[in-house]
Amino acid sequence: MRRARPGAGALRMPAAGGGQARPGPPRHRESRRLPGGPARPAAPPAQAAARPAALAFVTLLSFASRFHRLPEPPHVCWDETHFGKMGSYYINRTFFFDVHPPLGKMLIGLAGYLSGYDGTFPFQKPGDRYEQHSYIGMRGFCAFLGSCLVPFAYLTVLELSKSLPAALLTAFILIFDTGCITLSQYILLDPILMFFLMAAVLSMVKCNSCADRPFSASWWFWLSLTGVNLAGAMGVKFVGLFVVLLVGLNTIYDLWNLLGNLSLSLVTFGKHLLARALCLIVLPLALYMAMFAVHFTVLNKSGPGDGFFSSAFQSQLVGNNLHNVSVPEHLAYGSVVTMKNLRMAGGYLHSHWHLYPEGVGARQQQVTAYLHKDLNNLWIIKKHDSDTDLSNPAVPVEFVRHGDIIRLEHKETSRNLHSHQHEAPLTRKHFQVTGYGINGTGDSNDFWRIEVVGRKAGKLIKVLRSQVRLTHVATGCILGSSGKTLPKWGWEQVEVTCTPYLKDTPNSLWNFEDHINPRLPNISLDVLKPSFAEILLESHMVMIRGNSGLKPKDNEVTSKPWHWPINYQGLRFSGVNETDYRVYLLGNPVIWWLNLVTIGLYLLIAVSTAVTLKRGVQLTSEHKELSRVVLHGGGQIMLGWLLHYLPFFMMGRVLYFHHYFPAMLFSSMLTGITWDTLLKFCAGFFSPSTISRKVYGGGFLALVLLIVYSFYLFHPLSYGMIGPMASDPNSPMAGLRWMDSWEF
Amino acid sequence: MTCGRAGGRVWALSSPQGRGSWSRSLCLPRGTAGSVVPLPPSPPFGETFDRMLGIVKKPFVVAVEINISLVAVTVMGLMSRLWGLSYPRAVVFDEVYYGQFVSLYMKRIFFVDDSGPPFGHMLLALGGYLGGFDGNFLWNRIGAEYSMNVPVWSLRLLPALAGALCVPLAYQILIELHFSHCAALGAALLILLENSLVTQSRFMLLESILIFFILLAVLSYLKFYNLQRHSSFSGSWWFWLLLTGVACSCAVGVKYMGLFTYMLLLAVTGLHFWHMIGDQNFSNVSLVYHFLARGLALILIPVTMYLSFFYVHLTLLYRSGPHDQIMTSAFQASLEGGLARITQGQPLEVAYGSQITLRNVLGKPVQCWLHSHTNTYPIRYENGRGSSHQQQVTCYPFKDVNNWWIVKDPGMQQLVVSNPPRPVRHGHIVQLVHGITTRYLNTHDVAAPISPHSQEVSCYIDYNISMPAQNLWRVEIVNRESDTDLWKTILSEVRFVHVNTSAVLKLSGASLPEWGYRQLEVVGEKLSKGYHQSMVWNVEEHRYGKSQGQKDREVELHSPTQMDISKNLSFMAKFTELQWKILTLKNEETEHKYSSSPLDWITMDTNIAYWLHPTSGAQIHLLGNVVTWASADVAALIYTSLSLWYLVRRQRKIYDIPEDAWQLWVSAGGICLGGWAVNYLPFFLMEKTLFLYHYLPALTFQILLIPIVLQHLGNHLCRPPLLKSMFSALVIAWFSSIYLVYCTFSPVTYGEPSLSVPELKDLRWKDSWNILIRKQ
Repeated sequence: MRRARPGAGALRMPAAGGGQARPGPPRHRESRRLPGGPARPAAPPAQAAARPAALAFVTLLSFASRFHRLPEPPHVCWDETHFGKMGSYYINRTFFFDVHPPLGKMLIGLAGYLSGYDGTFPFQKPGDRYEQHSYIGMRGFCAFLGSCLVPFAYLTVLELSKSLPAALLTAFILIFDTGCITLSQYILLDPILMFFLMAAVLSMVKCNSCADRPFSASWWFWLSLTGVNLAGAMGVKFVGLFVVLLVGLNTIYDLWNLLGNLSLSLVTFGKHLLARALCLIVLPLALYMAMFAVHFTVLNKSGPGDGFFSSAFQSQLVGNNLHNVSVPEHLAYGSVVTMKNLRMAGGYLHSHWHLYPEGVGARQQQVTAYLHKDLNNLWIIKKHDSDTDLSNPAVPVEFVRHGDIIRLEHKETSRNLHSHQHEAPLTRKHFQVTGYGINGTGDSNDFWRIEVVGRKAGKLIKVLRSQVRLTHVATGCILGSSGKTLPKWGWEQVEVTCTPYLKDTPNSLWNFEDHINPRLPNISLDVLKPSFAEILLESHMVMIRGNSGLKPKDNEVTSKPWHWPINYQGLRFSGVNETDYRVYLLGNPVIWWLNLVTIGLYLLIAVSTAVTLKRGVQLTSEHKELSRVVLHGGGQIMLGWLLHYLPFFMMGRVLYFHHYFPAMLFSSMLTGITWDTLLKFCAGFFSPSTISRKVYGGGFLALVLLIVYSFYLFHPLSYGMIGPMASDPNSPMAGLRWMDSWEF
Repeated sequence: MTCGRAGGRVWALSSPQGRGSWSRSLCLPRGTAGSVVPLPPSPPFGETFDRMLGIVKKPFVVAVEINISLVAVTVMGLMSRLWGLSYPRAVVFDEVYYGQFVSLYMKRIFFVDDSGPPFGHMLLALGGYLGGFDGNFLWNRIGAEYSMNVPVWSLRLLPALAGALCVPLAYQILIELHFSHCAALGAALLILLENSLVTQSRFMLLESILIFFILLAVLSYLKFYNLQRHSSFSGSWWFWLLLTGVACSCAVGVKYMGLFTYMLLLAVTGLHFWHMIGDQNFSNVSLVYHFLARGLALILIPVTMYLSFFYVHLTLLYRSGPHDQIMTSAFQASLEGGLARITQGQPLEVAYGSQITLRNVLGKPVQCWLHSHTNTYPIRYENGRGSSHQQQVTCYPFKDVNNWWIVKDPGMQQLVVSNPPRPVRHGHIVQLVHGITTRYLNTHDVAAPISPHSQEVSCYIDYNISMPAQNLWRVEIVNRESDTDLWKTILSEVRFVHVNTSAVLKLSGASLPEWGYRQLEVVGEKLSKGYHQSMVWNVEEHRYGKSQGQKDREVELHSPTQMDISKNLSFMAKFTELQWKILTLKNEETEHKYSSSPLDWITMDTNIAYWLHPTSGAQIHLLGNVVTWASADVAALIYTSLSLWYLVRRQRKIYDIPEDAWQLWVSAGGICLGGWAVNYLPFFLMEKTLFLYHYLPALTFQILLIPIVLQHLGNHLCRPPLLKSMFSALVIAWFSSIYLVYCTFSPVTYGEPSLSVPELKDLRWKDSWNILIRKQ
């Protein structure tokens, strides 16, 4: 790390030492010379030699720390129950629905497949033992990606600050952070996301430093690699959008400067623009779509996710009851049908024997929207004014037409779809919808006018393709699904209401999905096959809706974004009781608090540097270099931190502690850069240079030791705790529960 | 639009470096209303003496310059907003909402309104106070006739005045941005003839007041900035700087939307200060002074003002009222009547033997008290799980004798307070005895009825099966200052931690089924993840128990409490609580017939019916001037594209317009387009029900942009004289069309005269507008 120089103890430094001879005010020459070697494209030979060795060293440490005790505990931990299960779905090719894009789970599935996992483990709940099932491959894959974060961060900081100590400090922080270790050791999306994210940042930084030789091979390489990684990050979780923003802002800034460079012709500028559009927009988009193409090709069997998607989409899945089926095309009286709400992820119109509880409108039978297929979703279409037996072959088949007034009878309970001027259970301004009447005999509140959107009166109604509106004749309201989940009494199904606000939203539109009428000829449904673009759009709508649907309930303690940087509360990965093998996701508090303090420190330094520069104070070349690192390098990282942290304050969905880890990576890099700069700056006040070098080295060493020692204290958090809880004085973790909110 | 000045003073967003000398004489806005012409600088003494003699000889003259156009637009503004103000004499739209608060102010009854801070409500109430309103009116439906005691005119006066004054403010802002008088006059007329602003100003609503303060803040900042160059720290410099801060805080105090403009002005101030830092003409010390002055005026004063609004609010409203139960017990006890009547004179410190009621601090879904009754949990629940069959413990939303509990020392048998009382402290272990049934509060490893992941809480009945009593609870005072703190009535927030299982007594939020009388479920939470209000309880009613026998105790429990100690909350504690409630109180998401999405606003695809005459077709709508809205959109579009064009060309060092004009263009756009953006774009992120009137502040800024763009086009893009005159003619034609549209829609703006059905149908220019047509 130190520059080897002959006669290091000599008071006067030879001008040739480290190739630093440069003209400057003589009085600064000695006193302000900085020990670590200021950033210069040409690094001192010794440091240059140390770099690959240091890289190899931190990489090795990183892999060792992530792979240590990887198979422990041999049971399902925390969200492995989701992502492991989804990996299995890929191996089994069953269709499922998740709020995240598919890449992460596909990679997990692939890793499992390659390592000999057969997809048979059910991943039912945390704590289930793996027994003979091979799970190491999937964990190992995640751990591998998680280990790569350290060298990536090392290289990024090295590139930005040109300072080996800063890069090493960052690497040590990430290696010895218990949180990063824990998060990398299990079958989760986070290591995959962070891998792509850091890789994108690294390639962006590398590409920036190739700016002096544009269109060279390495420039193209890093630029396209940035694009690839962006697609990867976006493909794992939508949080990847933040890094896309970061790269986007960087690119705009870059292009703006190129535009201002009058030595470049407009043609050259156009080339720059095109190259970036190609690598950073077209390439990632193509990859992203390819991911989905693979996703939909692999998952071709019907599975638990069907109900979230539209009828047309379901007809593509092998095993779905809509697959390759043929149904009667036009709706007739006497047909048995299911009705699906057209909202994305809308449910089927459903009813069951249970009544609305007292105090919730009239005490009649519940009508809800239900996402799964069920016999209780079946309804019979009847004429409003006659009750003749329509299956009687003597009666001619009569089709339902646009504008007809009909009655819908629930097949299982023989009650009519009914509405009246009682307020709906959750949406107080809507009317309640119930099942009413006995054996199909009700009252005039059971009459509904059926209308097809954009069709004239008298036209027939088509299965699946017609978008239908049901207007309640007596009150004039429209049957709709509010999308709100009913409480326990409604089996947490979705509320169905009759809305008096006559707006054509998907909430109040329905289509007929199943259609059973033995007296009508069947047609095949292949005509409905949606295009890839439609599938893509639909799956995104469903994912976005699913994401925003993850709302916290009242009276539930949830994690708040401000908890995260202060390491307020962790997540229990495994084990609750004293006898369990317990793993607790919590950042190494020393590191996290150091990061937190550093953010404040950085802002202070950056503002004072910016003001100093703006005031036009003459700086020495060393200080100029330091200010460049602080403002430019640190600024980029700071921007990354802000982009990955602040948006969470505006999110309405349920948040968890582990959402902070991408931001934490940036925060750690900032810590490396800031402390290195600060130490250099402080050491600069000492003369002669030997003392200043000692101050600098001492400070650096103290920081590293602090990090390593704190890791020694807290390592059981990641590598497993057995025995009494930390509140017990006999526990190895006794005295380490520094905050009451930590639960270990 | 073609009378722009050649060498106006430059007000710029960018650095003023390198333009040291400019002439002051050119840059005074010519004669604002009532400005006094300054006397010439004093000459040497001899001449002075001569002149003094001259003054004696000549008559004493004060020359006053009056800007007739400014006065004219002000008068027109007042006329348009104040004409027939008390018509219709009925509740119009949101008057029904704000009116109830005015009534509560008149009666001094405390309320919480989550729609915003209290300053706006107070201004409306001021109108009621001046008009001698006694608050007796039932604000129950839109369209209800006002009774004789309601001073309609004075209630609507303040918003109308504020709306009228926006007209001259617009004029002044354009002048301060260094645009011509023609442009300024244009801006004023556009604001004047904007139907939606007229409608919104004429009723007891807050938007016009908000817009007034926003514009005032912008204007005073511009005045301050223009004074900056030659007279820093002068009297008028201070005046305008302070006025900026005051106007900002008033805007925020009226509605939280004002925050957006406040932030914009702070950002502009920051940017200007950043340029000052780079300016070597300022010494370091003077920079610090400048910084401190801005911090004082733009941060300190707004914060103080904001606090003072709440101070006045809380001072005015001292009686208990309909929203009491949202607040904590301590807050309720500070109001006159209500809880204070009960808690007046309770003993402060909870002691062993105290009889208490325990209120859950969360207050959601309703406020409730820890409760038990003789009924037991059913042996089997509907879903087949079993229970302990012990006595139910619930949380009950009404005052009841079954809410009383007695704090007992586990080591002693007595249920009365000893003399002297032994107070309970943080960390002490107690038993809680239900007063009426004398059973002990208990929890054990049995799943709770509705939340099976938590433990059941019961009052222990010994069935002689192997289920021992586990009734020891540790008292943890959450808001204590030290470990030896006493448990205080009302003030202390307490957690009860079960000694055996370390479960925490918690309100789960679910309600029990039929067998539990739909009361709220109380559980023991084993995995308590940090602090949550549902686990915290406070003592509300409290007295020292005196009767040892059960019969006596029942009589005692039924009797009202007495004794005295009074409690007072500090203002800051009250403020913090009220502010927190205002920000976190979530009304149920409501759908409204006239709600709209932000995208509908730019094209005005929506309207709001404010009022309909009970018999005739006369009606009032919030409906803008179509031509103005469209022009404003076009202006914003032109501004953005033209700026981008200039920017890109400048980056390539091609300068299309003179530097002065560019600075003018940037600064004007920064304020007007920036004002539009900050007041509009955030709505896309909001989840509450939105209405067209939320767009009005943004619209005001957008309208100011029209004359700016027009003058720029006229000065820089229409160079040939022929083109110039054609341009002027077009502008005049366009203005007359705006006037025509204003006149066409004025019947639905003012509610007079009543229109016939075909006339109403003719007004429905867009299918999405909802003009009310009475069925014949």
